[in-house]
Amino acid sequence: MPIDFIYPEYEIARNKDRCIACRVCERQCANEVHKYDQELKMMVADDIKCVDCQRCVSLCPTRALKIVKTDNTYKQNAHWKGSIISEVYRQAGSGGVLLSSMGNPLDLPIYWDKILINASQVTNPSIDPLREPMETKTYLGQRPNKIERDKDGNIVNNLTPQLELSTPIMFSAMSYGSISYNAHESLARAATELGIYYNTGEGGLHEGFYKYGANTIVQVASGRFGVHKDYLNAGAAVEIKMGQGAKPGIGGHLPGAKIVGDVSRTRMIPEGSDAISPAPHHDIYSIEDLHQLVMSLKEATNYTKPVIVKIAAVHNVAAIASGIARSGADIISIDGFRGGTGAAPTRIRDNVGIPIELALASVDKRLRDEGIRNNVSIVVGGSVRSSADVVKAIALGADAVYIATSALLALGCHLCRSCHEGRCNWGIATQRPDLVKRLNPEIGYKRLVNLVSAWTHEIKEMMGGMGINSIEALKGNRLMLRGVGLNEKELEILGILHAGE
Amino acid sequence: MASFTQGNRFGEYMKRIIVNEKWCLGCHLCEYNCAFANSAGSKKTPNDMVKALKDIVINPRIKIEEKGDICFAVSCRHCKEPLCVKSCIAGALTKVDEIIRIDKEKCVECHTCVLVCPYGAIMPSNEGVMQKCELCVQNADGQPFCVKGCPNKAIEYKEI
Repeated sequence: MPIDFIYPEYEIARNKDRCIACRVCERQCANEVHKYDQELKMMVADDIKCVDCQRCVSLCPTRALKIVKTDNTYKQNAHWKGSIISEVYRQAGSGGVLLSSMGNPLDLPIYWDKILINASQVTNPSIDPLREPMETKTYLGQRPNKIERDKDGNIVNNLTPQLELSTPIMFSAMSYGSISYNAHESLARAATELGIYYNTGEGGLHEGFYKYGANTIVQVASGRFGVHKDYLNAGAAVEIKMGQGAKPGIGGHLPGAKIVGDVSRTRMIPEGSDAISPAPHHDIYSIEDLHQLVMSLKEATNYTKPVIVKIAAVHNVAAIASGIARSGADIISIDGFRGGTGAAPTRIRDNVGIPIELALASVDKRLRDEGIRNNVSIVVGGSVRSSADVVKAIALGADAVYIATSALLALGCHLCRSCHEGRCNWGIATQRPDLVKRLNPEIGYKRLVNLVSAWTHEIKEMMGGMGINSIEALKGNRLMLRGVGLNEKELEILGILHAGE
Repeated sequence: MASFTQGNRFGEYMKRIIVNEKWCLGCHLCEYNCAFANSAGSKKTPNDMVKALKDIVINPRIKIEEKGDICFAVSCRHCKEPLCVKSCIAGALTKVDEIIRIDKEKCVECHTCVLVCPYGAIMPSNEGVMQKCELCVQNADGQPFCVKGCPNKAIEYKEI
């Protein structure tokens, strides 16, 4: 029906003078955009199938390709933007919920970019991290409230299980199923080499990855996929997923088409069955219920592993975190509204949740005010794009950060946001064997190691500039931050002064 | 671990092209990089593949074999006991420093080497005389073009 026609959002611009018709673009496009026309003796493209993943652009040996945003336009309207009109057409045609992938792309405030970092001058010397020791090692878990001694006066070790991180960065939860085996292997190997942790997500742990257990966080989500005794004991910590930044308040749905072979075995569900994670845990309707699950998991792991509770950043996040800090959990992980996903309803992703910067500041303050900050460590994720964001997060009160989108970018992701279609040309968000093999973990894990090492160098440089020589001294050190272009309420919530103050 | 006898006359171990079916994408970039490396244009304009390969049908020395989901690159393995060298009636094929080279002046186009090569790694060139991979390592990276251009490390140049 012509009324349904939506002009392609992106167009393939092929420079015919440079194209040698090698057909690499055709072979590499799982969306079948490119084709060699035998009669015309040239490459042709069907723009309507293009998702702008940049695979063809990246692999074209003669730089003959680029992808441009179309200049076809509906009549300009500030209220009815083109994308909104197209969505109405799509829903009028399909009657369905709109699906999206990866994080919220809308032009909403990015507080990281409105916060600036301090540096020392004259009176308090800065430190050169290349000449002097600089500590990025950090521990996650409960801090003891008092020093205990035995009858001879010796200190009793009353420390609960901790996670030791060489640098305050971890790879956040991405399930096997939503991402490929090779993507998981890259994350696991990188975490092991870096001395940090990656997170299985809710899809269980593939038997091939138990050997990386010392650097693995195993997740228990509402669907309880792949959870069994060995799984819980395989990791260094157990994470209970209550919510996800990209889709707070709703569950997950991995279509049956992706539940094949190893994914089915790892999740412990039949092949071809849809993997549906309910919105709530059906055994958790209160903090007391959460406490029970936390303690059950500790019992199951013989009190040797810290338990993380992951929540999405929502309006009353501080009160929720306060409850979690009293539930016996060792670590709270908060996922901001920019957090990614393999598939989420567009309206939820784009309209539910709050920025992580505000959530973090208010949670840290609330726990301090209530004197329970030492009960838990705080890990934040869902928007961390660079080492500067990491430094700002730690100064706002985080103990460490979770990164996932940046990690996927390191593996080749170009944020085309089409994960839910299962045809990832970069071999990440797909289970198609011919596409999965495009991600060689030998290359992937080194790129992840490079990324985190580079960020760690930059974190040290920024800390040195502030005259700080350890992550511990940066934690919650909001005097090192100033806001620009923020109103008084925003500054109050962030707990920082305005630049110039 | 390479045995000592594999070292060349400079006492270095021999590097070889290793192909790995597991990581081959079947993108055929190696073929185009090979054709470019061995084109007349690549010497004059080393960065301009367009000038070298525009509007020609390439005849590369490395070829992708593919059927169904399986694909991998095939090029000369520079065998320890090369049948092609043994069988060449004109003495055009020789093994120098572990690399099997072909002297195009001597080749009489009898195609015997094409018949005996178990890998199908020798083929006629566009000029008629035979051609094969002679390890184009004389570029800045010291890596053959097919290796340098492979996006997924499915072709590696390493010591064995």
